[in-house]
Amino acid sequence: MSGPLILSRRTLIGSMAATMLTGCDRLAEHENVQRILFSAENFHRWAQRSLMDRNALAREFSASDISPIFRANGTANPNTDAYKAIWRTDFADWRLKVTGMVGRPLSLSLAQLHALPHREQITRHDCVEGWSAIGKWRGVPLRTILDAARLSTRAKYLVFRCADTMGSGHPYYESIDMIDAFHPQTILAFALNGKPLSVANGAPLRLRVERQLGYKQAKYLMAIEAVDSLYGIGRGKGGYWEDYAGYDWYAGI
Amino acid sequence: MNPAVPPLAPPAPLVKRHRLSTRLWHWLNAAVMVILFMSGLGIFNAHTRLYWGQYGANFDHAWLVLDRFPGWITLPGHYSLAMSRHWHLTFAPVFAFALLVYMLWSLSNRHFRRDLAFRRDELSPRHIWRDIIDHARLRFPKGQAALRYNILQKAAYNGVLFLALPALILSGLAMSPGMNAAWPWLIDIFGGRQSARSVHFIACWAVVAFFFVHILMVLLAGPVNEIRSMITGRYRVPPE
Repeated sequence: MSGPLILSRRTLIGSMAATMLTGCDRLAEHENVQRILFSAENFHRWAQRSLMDRNALAREFSASDISPIFRANGTANPNTDAYKAIWRTDFADWRLKVTGMVGRPLSLSLAQLHALPHREQITRHDCVEGWSAIGKWRGVPLRTILDAARLSTRAKYLVFRCADTMGSGHPYYESIDMIDAFHPQTILAFALNGKPLSVANGAPLRLRVERQLGYKQAKYLMAIEAVDSLYGIGRGKGGYWEDYAGYDWYAGI
Repeated sequence: MNPAVPPLAPPAPLVKRHRLSTRLWHWLNAAVMVILFMSGLGIFNAHTRLYWGQYGANFDHAWLVLDRFPGWITLPGHYSLAMSRHWHLTFAPVFAFALLVYMLWSLSNRHFRRDLAFRRDELSPRHIWRDIIDHARLRFPKGQAALRYNILQKAAYNGVLFLALPALILSGLAMSPGMNAAWPWLIDIFGGRQSARSVHFIACWAVVAFFFVHILMVLLAGPVNEIRSMITGRYRVPPE
């Protein structure tokens, strides 16, 4: 085959792809197309939750499966004055506030959390980008905290407020519903691989929701708020990445 | 008019070649696969390293490290993991259920048994070798023989239909942390989430390779006749 023919075919395929691409990109700007593309999440949430038991566990691994280095992602250090202040005292002045639709609002110190029953789990952390890391988490089952706070039966979501503000100055936050909130592997973790959480991995406390992707595992927890709607929180999509980057709220896939 | 030219033979008859189920699935699948391929490359661009095993991140050994794919081949054309995922996760179920429906339909209308199942006599080494030689010489079957799939064609279709496409679907599902809790056996087929991601990538390029051979064969065998047969179902039998 002669050179120019290959070239022209490549140009042809390239321009066909480009035409289709522009077409798709244009389509995606349409409100209705966008609504369809963004609603696939609902199908996947419905399908997965129909297929799995409410308490179906994420796989737990053995100590020999642990990643040599647990990659940290997102904020490596919140670096705000408030965070630096609590970090300097080794989080002695840090409190986890539990507020919103609860019968008994809580303000828990790290020592109080340490005194509660723990769960340890070696699980795989799956980033939305595609990589995975296995680590051993130790923490307090979220259910224990919710029971202590006497969570209202009308509460539908838990909103996790974090100490880090992303580059844009918006504070990180995430939310989960009650199916995941009461899941046995959903814990507030204060230790990774036998050591207190490092700053890069979310010190002093981070959420573990093992059946969902990494961006749901909120780091630098400051407060948990029980709500009946995500409307009016941030931009209303239920999390920082959901609000500002268009990520799915349900991150099971 | 030159009297020496023999009178033209009457045009070969148009015969029914492809069933409605095959034609519908073929074109739906073609469109959906392009969307999945391009949005998949967009997702891949978020982490352009591939690993074997349960875990794998930047500090771990990668068996393949690539640059990001260029914008003309990704969907959307700029880097947006969120939009690539929206496209991919919207069309992945369409692709999977369309394949399922096509398979059930093709079982019930006996397409698989009549057209795709290997016959014993086809599997003899001599027959396979002759088919390879025929392909190498670009000698395509004529007459009634052109209405049947030859052995290499069957092998290619069966490989894509029963190996590559199911591998794509299952490895895709195996990457989902939710599905890992629902169906723990799924990830064991591949030996871990990062292996599943690698298999997904490899199966994707296997289908791309099939695509190019497929297009080449259509062009060589007579594109108008072949494409018409996949649109209207009617095929003009090449005279012996």
